[in-house]
Amino acid sequence: MQQSSSSVRTEKNSVGPVETKTVTFKGDNYILKLESGKTMSPVTVAYETYGRLSPSKDNAVLVCHALTGDAHAAGFHTKEPEEKPGWWDLLIGPGKPLDTERYFVICSNFLGGCKGSTGPSSINPATGKPYGLHFPFFTVRDMVMVQKWLVQDHLGINRLHAVIGGSLGGMQVLQWAISFPAMVRGALPIAATARMSPQAIAFNEVARQAIMSDPQWNFGLYEPQSQPSAGLGLARMIGHITYLSEDAMLRKFSRRFINGSRRGYKLGADFQVESYLHHQGSTFVERFDANTYLYITRAMDYFDLQADHGSLQNAFSSSRCSFLVISFTSDWLFPPACSQELVKALRMAGKNVSYCNIGSDQGHDAFLLPGNRMGEVVTGFLTRLEHED
Amino acid sequence: MKETKLNQNIDWSRSGSRDRVFDRLICRLAGPGDRVLDLGCGRGDLLLRLKKEKGIRELGIELDPEYAADCLTRGLSVIQGNLEDSIHDFNDDFFDLVILNQVMLTVPNPLHLLKSGLRVGKKVAITFPNFAYWRIRTQIMFRGRLPVNKNLPYEWYETPNIRLATVDDFVRLCREHRIAINQKNFVSQVDNGKLKQIVYWPNLRSSLALFCLSRAQDA
Repeated sequence: MQQSSSSVRTEKNSVGPVETKTVTFKGDNYILKLESGKTMSPVTVAYETYGRLSPSKDNAVLVCHALTGDAHAAGFHTKEPEEKPGWWDLLIGPGKPLDTERYFVICSNFLGGCKGSTGPSSINPATGKPYGLHFPFFTVRDMVMVQKWLVQDHLGINRLHAVIGGSLGGMQVLQWAISFPAMVRGALPIAATARMSPQAIAFNEVARQAIMSDPQWNFGLYEPQSQPSAGLGLARMIGHITYLSEDAMLRKFSRRFINGSRRGYKLGADFQVESYLHHQGSTFVERFDANTYLYITRAMDYFDLQADHGSLQNAFSSSRCSFLVISFTSDWLFPPACSQELVKALRMAGKNVSYCNIGSDQGHDAFLLPGNRMGEVVTGFLTRLEHED
Repeated sequence: MKETKLNQNIDWSRSGSRDRVFDRLICRLAGPGDRVLDLGCGRGDLLLRLKKEKGIRELGIELDPEYAADCLTRGLSVIQGNLEDSIHDFNDDFFDLVILNQVMLTVPNPLHLLKSGLRVGKKVAITFPNFAYWRIRTQIMFRGRLPVNKNLPYEWYETPNIRLATVDDFVRLCREHRIAINQKNFVSQVDNGKLKQIVYWPNLRSSLALFCLSRAQDA
């Protein structure tokens, strides 16, 4: 078991070594008109691809990442034996559901991210300093617009076999089906919602307040090496509670203490669930930017297809793809009812829609974890798409 | 979901062989490329056969999440959910054929489901066990107990068939609600697994019935 991480690396089902590439869209053709009314130019996009694009360019699958994800969805960047693979290695690789022997898989860091694409932590060419709070507000629709530049203008792909993503990634999937109906054959929104619930907005707001009440935040003017780590770590801890479920916490931690069964009579982490959250918080600070977290959660909050189009049914009236909607029974952040509302609207709009509420006690995070049936269901759907139209 | 509790405890695999009895005949009712809705499609055996033989555009609705996942894994279009809620969202005549294969007696409001099926589909194929079958009659008469056998493999307290009907009951219902019966087929299942076509006295002699229905033209 000690060698598991290195054995994973040499396994046949990994895409192996990969690197993140970047492309910058500039010039008159690439002035990004944001939904907020502001414009942006130039825009850099970080992306990775796995597998080979077919000569007819019809086997591309776009993967959309969630709140804290990045372009590194599969494989490894270094030769370090301890390195963890990309965030969706579970799904992407030879013989896996997003089979890199059949599909050309693309994943990009979305607009506003902090992993290579233009976002609040990027250097503002006008000032030579990070944008910080000078970065314009962006939405899911804006993210998808930039992804379209990458897919069509840079990679030369006019139609995607499928667009897939979980959580905020699933919102981008829905936006793709609406914004660019001719470019999508299959849409797979997983653990997603067509509009943020007030409860989910509330959790986002608490996370933002945690960041903004950290004095280190300094109205977004912190130096990159001195982040508001207490606030950002706390935001991540709150997030993590919403990604799990009561059952998953009980199974993983029970009421166990860090020191076996003995109470420590202290205020520092005493229960295992506490040390888990602290660990999540402190490791997150090292890999994520606080201002970026503020902006992305806002983009999520503003996501409301019903408000954008009058009704959900209307929103999808021009969509031409087949849909596979997946929810998880124990997800209470974007509960199954959100997905069921979406399925109902798609059905009423006369779209080809499949849906499964997959049994899992893993909560919202189930889409990132093994041990449920998401993979095989995705495989079945993608294979079926190959025989359609 | 209200019905989940009831249905989760049912071991549908026990009725698997029985559910497949009319597959061949139901396949004949579908035309090439038809839109077909299978309400309560289970693991999708019938839809898979229809897709292979007739190239239909399929949709299944299945309450059990594991069965729905099975269907999706096999490459079928399926929505996991409650039959009676799900069917409302389709437009009139959206499907060429709606299938209610041994599910009519398992829902709280069979008539409502039947009428919804006739609304969204041009044709409805419906199958159900006939509780006026002579073996059932004699069992009740001489043993005083409800039937539990290979074809009806459930005790009274666990059966999915929460409604009971006979061929004559069903024909009467169709007449009262001006539902046209375009085709009917009856079989009796013998204990050795063989099937016998029944033409005369189906209410007494058949154990399973298949009806193909449509809305009456003058309705």
